[in-house]
Amino acid sequence: MKTFLPNKFIIERNHGRCIHCQVCVNQCSYEAHYLDPFSGEVKSRDRNCTNCHRCVAFCPTEALAIRCSPLDYVPNRNWTGEVIEDIIKQSESGAMVLTGMGNDKDHPIYWDKLLLNASQVTNPSIDPLREPMELRTTLGRKPDRLAYDKATGRLITKLAPQLTINTPIIFAAMSYGAISLTAHESLARAASIAGTLYNTGEGGLHKSLYKYGANTIVQVASGRFGVHPEYLDAAAAIEIKIGQGAKPGIGGHLPGEKVSAEVSVTRMIPMGTDALSPAPHHDIYSIEDLAQLIYALKEATNYTKPVIVKISAVHNAAAIASGMVRAGADMICLDGLRGSTGAAPKIIRDNVGIPIELALAAVDTRLRQEGIRNQTSIIASGGIRNSGDVIKAIALGADAVAIGTAALVALGCTVCQMCHTGKCPWGIATTNLALTKRINPDIGTQRLVNLLRGWSLEIEDMLGGMGINALESLRGNRLHLRGVGLTDTELEILGVKMAGA
Amino acid sequence: MKDLNRINNPHGDDKVNDACSIFGMMDTSGRRFGGGDIIKAMTLMHDRGNGLGAGFAVYGLYPNFPQHYAFHIMYLSREAQQEVESFLQDQFCIDLAEEVPTQPTPAIVDPPLIRRYFALAHPHRLEGRREDDYVVSQVMRINTQMDGAFVFSSGKDMGVFKGVGYPEDVAQFYRLETDYQGYLWTGHSRFPTNTPGWWGGAHPFSILDWTVIHNGEISSYGINRRYLEMYGYHCTMHTDTEVIAYAVDLLIRQHELPLEVVADILAPPLWSEIDRQGPEKKEFYTTLRQVYGSLLLNGPFTIVVAHRGEMIGLTDRIRLRPLTAATRGDMLYLSSEESAIRLVSPKLDRAWIPMGGEPIVGRLKASLPTKAAKAAVKESISH
Amino acid sequence: MTKKLAKGRGDRQVKIDALGLPYRELNALLREAVAGGAESIELTNVYGQRYIGTDLMKPVRLDIHGTPGNDLGAFMEGPRITVHGNGQDGIANTMNEGEIIVHGHAGDILAMSARGGRVFVRDDVGYRAAIHMKEYGEKKPLVVVGGTAQDFLGEYMAGGVLVVLGLTLKEGERHRASYIGTGMHGGVIFLRGAVEKHQLGKEVGVAEPDEADRKLLRTLVGQYAEYFDRDAEEILKKDFIKLFPLYLRPYGRLYVY
Repeated sequence: MKTFLPNKFIIERNHGRCIHCQVCVNQCSYEAHYLDPFSGEVKSRDRNCTNCHRCVAFCPTEALAIRCSPLDYVPNRNWTGEVIEDIIKQSESGAMVLTGMGNDKDHPIYWDKLLLNASQVTNPSIDPLREPMELRTTLGRKPDRLAYDKATGRLITKLAPQLTINTPIIFAAMSYGAISLTAHESLARAASIAGTLYNTGEGGLHKSLYKYGANTIVQVASGRFGVHPEYLDAAAAIEIKIGQGAKPGIGGHLPGEKVSAEVSVTRMIPMGTDALSPAPHHDIYSIEDLAQLIYALKEATNYTKPVIVKISAVHNAAAIASGMVRAGADMICLDGLRGSTGAAPKIIRDNVGIPIELALAAVDTRLRQEGIRNQTSIIASGGIRNSGDVIKAIALGADAVAIGTAALVALGCTVCQMCHTGKCPWGIATTNLALTKRINPDIGTQRLVNLLRGWSLEIEDMLGGMGINALESLRGNRLHLRGVGLTDTELEILGVKMAGA
Repeated sequence: MKDLNRINNPHGDDKVNDACSIFGMMDTSGRRFGGGDIIKAMTLMHDRGNGLGAGFAVYGLYPNFPQHYAFHIMYLSREAQQEVESFLQDQFCIDLAEEVPTQPTPAIVDPPLIRRYFALAHPHRLEGRREDDYVVSQVMRINTQMDGAFVFSSGKDMGVFKGVGYPEDVAQFYRLETDYQGYLWTGHSRFPTNTPGWWGGAHPFSILDWTVIHNGEISSYGINRRYLEMYGYHCTMHTDTEVIAYAVDLLIRQHELPLEVVADILAPPLWSEIDRQGPEKKEFYTTLRQVYGSLLLNGPFTIVVAHRGEMIGLTDRIRLRPLTAATRGDMLYLSSEESAIRLVSPKLDRAWIPMGGEPIVGRLKASLPTKAAKAAVKESISH
Repeated sequence: MTKKLAKGRGDRQVKIDALGLPYRELNALLREAVAGGAESIELTNVYGQRYIGTDLMKPVRLDIHGTPGNDLGAFMEGPRITVHGNGQDGIANTMNEGEIIVHGHAGDILAMSARGGRVFVRDDVGYRAAIHMKEYGEKKPLVVVGGTAQDFLGEYMAGGVLVVLGLTLKEGERHRASYIGTGMHGGVIFLRGAVEKHQLGKEVGVAEPDEADRKLLRTLVGQYAEYFDRDAEEILKKDFIKLFPLYLRPYGRLYVY
């Protein structure tokens, strides 16, 4: 069938600069560049280009640039090019449109409508360069009170297991299979150097990464891939994944072509078979079943590890979260509308779920109203782009945030949204060994550690400006936020005042 | 489920920024003394306030009613008085109700009506609750649900006297120099910066017999308050200091933690310091911070907290607000400035500046066990 | 209850009873006395009056009995102040020239941002002593503390000399200050007695005093001993450590463009 889809991008090659060295040819896994055997010149196929910048970054003579195609449809707010082209794709395939990364639609980004406070006169700002500034965060269930033995001066209460991280940023769940082993290794090593956590996602834990167990959250998802006692024991915490912000309510599907030999061993499934994650856990059809699984995992690890339950931020997240806490979740992870994925139906990614800011605020408020906020820690994720988002999430009530896309960008990702092809030229969202070796884990680790350092410095700077020197004093402290351009209802849900008030 | 929005302004940034002077003095032998010295000391630090609020707490002033809850209540209207009094009649057995004696003071303009009640809880009203819890909930009810009435204090054998004015004016208004004797006095003068002073907003803040005076601003107020709301406290007084009073009540009375541990919660050691401790202490401090992190008081502060027989002075852990402590015989003094102590007691045994986050505690010797024979001032004043 | 000058205008020796005087009146009296040629002024019954010594602009001698208030000698240029008792916060704040001798302890931020002059405190000092003390050209402040100091001693110090003798420490007791010299990028601190590595800011280097340092210490400790009637030789017997800034610009890897 002749496709009606036009090219999306135009590759501009400066012929004066191009030395026909074929670096671009070798770098592009989509075959957008090729050597013309007749002329001996390197040429491009615009149609294949995803605008991932790999060739641009590696061209030794800066001969390449990529533009979005100027080809427009007749201006129409309703029938945009995207809408038309999705229909074209579906009419040519009879299938669901698949995509990668997070929601790219124009939903409100509340982070950008929240502004932070700073001290002036009545309260000194604290200089983070010279005075202590504490970002240390402990995650896990806390009691409502401590019992103290006055005779011995000791605490009687023993806390449930806690996780300590040096900065309130952890790496979000991304499975081996969805991303490469070299990316996983970079995340694991960066977490261990920076004193934080990474998350295996649902693809099991590769043998070579067991040594980073103290900085590892292992996931138990509906597919239960690679879940066995050693896997559970290796980790610092266990996460039950109910849902994911990019695709609430549906399962997942790692295509057989991504199930390489190593993936097969790690997931404990035959090579080349599709790895299917069912939409629900078939042992969780209700909240009491969640409690049953939580305690099964606690039993399996002799109550030595906190159990996290991760859900997509959906309409009644607050009530669900309350149930999760009562079911025994030591931490809850809320993944918002803009959370990313290796592959999801586009219609779901772009239309299901609610923004993390609203879900987070609603959950924190509800747990406080019910007097059970102490019993759990909240991890917010889904579209955290910079340290400003992080600190606003903390002020709204998060104990920590998880970053996925930002971490991948640190490794080279340019958010071209083609993860689902498995051909990621940056060696991230692929299991092709020729591509995955493009991430040198030493360098990948350094880039991630640098990112966390930079963000942490910025958080300290903002915190000091507010006259606060320990992060726990900002956590849930919404008085340090003000809203701009928000309705009264939005302000009420976020629990913040309008700027100027 | 509690509707916290209904109880409080959900946006709730109604706190007042303060700069201030504070002074506390206590005779650890239990000897009662008049208000002359503290008024003199507060007057010396006149420049640290701006006349928009001052107040005093006195302990041991009602020896005739040692077992009664002494409610000091301010009314902005007769209707408020009627409503609260019929409520009190209903909830308590009132043995004496009277106006708090005052005298016309030129600088005190348009004072509210201030009355006091010596009350016992009806046992059948408690419904299994502890008497103190019962009193707290009734005070919260008056403060949150009855317009134009505020409870200044509600403890036994103690009282709070406060208002809008400089400390010397407020003291004159309440006739503190002549009318009262106590073994422990604290005083405060305010420099509020963003609202006209109101009588309820002056320090000390009090619940039961806890009183708090405070210099500084609590940058952690928002979360301190949200944490306390989970335990049934309602912040109504438009100031960050109120949360300190409730935090102390929660930790000491309800959670039964000693003052020294409470100081470690409000002004905990830095993590770097905790990490250097031996395993037992490390676990102790780590656990305190993990469980009570939301009660860490961040930002600059000096506080003097008092209750029956005890006075504690504490500054924030990086000491952004001043505190000088001094002793002379059985007396313990705490002050924003040493000069104020010297003015009332020029020949001190000792004057020193405590480390940030380290509490200075004064206790009545008489309330110690019998081996208190050895309780020289040294033991009764620990630091 | 304004007090007049005890003696008439033009006297070289003046006495002022400061009891009950608001600081503005007291400082006006001081200006008047100095303008009238006073060379030595004795203040008695000082309780908390602020800014004493500010704006006198002459090398007049002030003897203070009592407890002077905050910002003693702030922006001071010239006078020599002796406090016969304890001082409060902010002594020698941004001082440019002159000398302050405290026969007792001092509060927080002693000699904050001072650019010149000398300060001698017999006993302990509070938080952030010599914070952001500077030097420029000929101007170089000297601060000697006889006792020990609280946290953030010499915080982002940019110049001058700070000596801490630890004489109030009991046998076996150590300096407790943390964050000593944090952010330090100029000047030098001499500390008598040892500190642990964790007590020092990360920008601070540790060395033994060299011969030139020892000479300076002999002078400063000698002066201290003379003011407070101590034995300089005895004090100098114990080891000093020298703390110096490792970098002129400690925050290299902080920003990206």
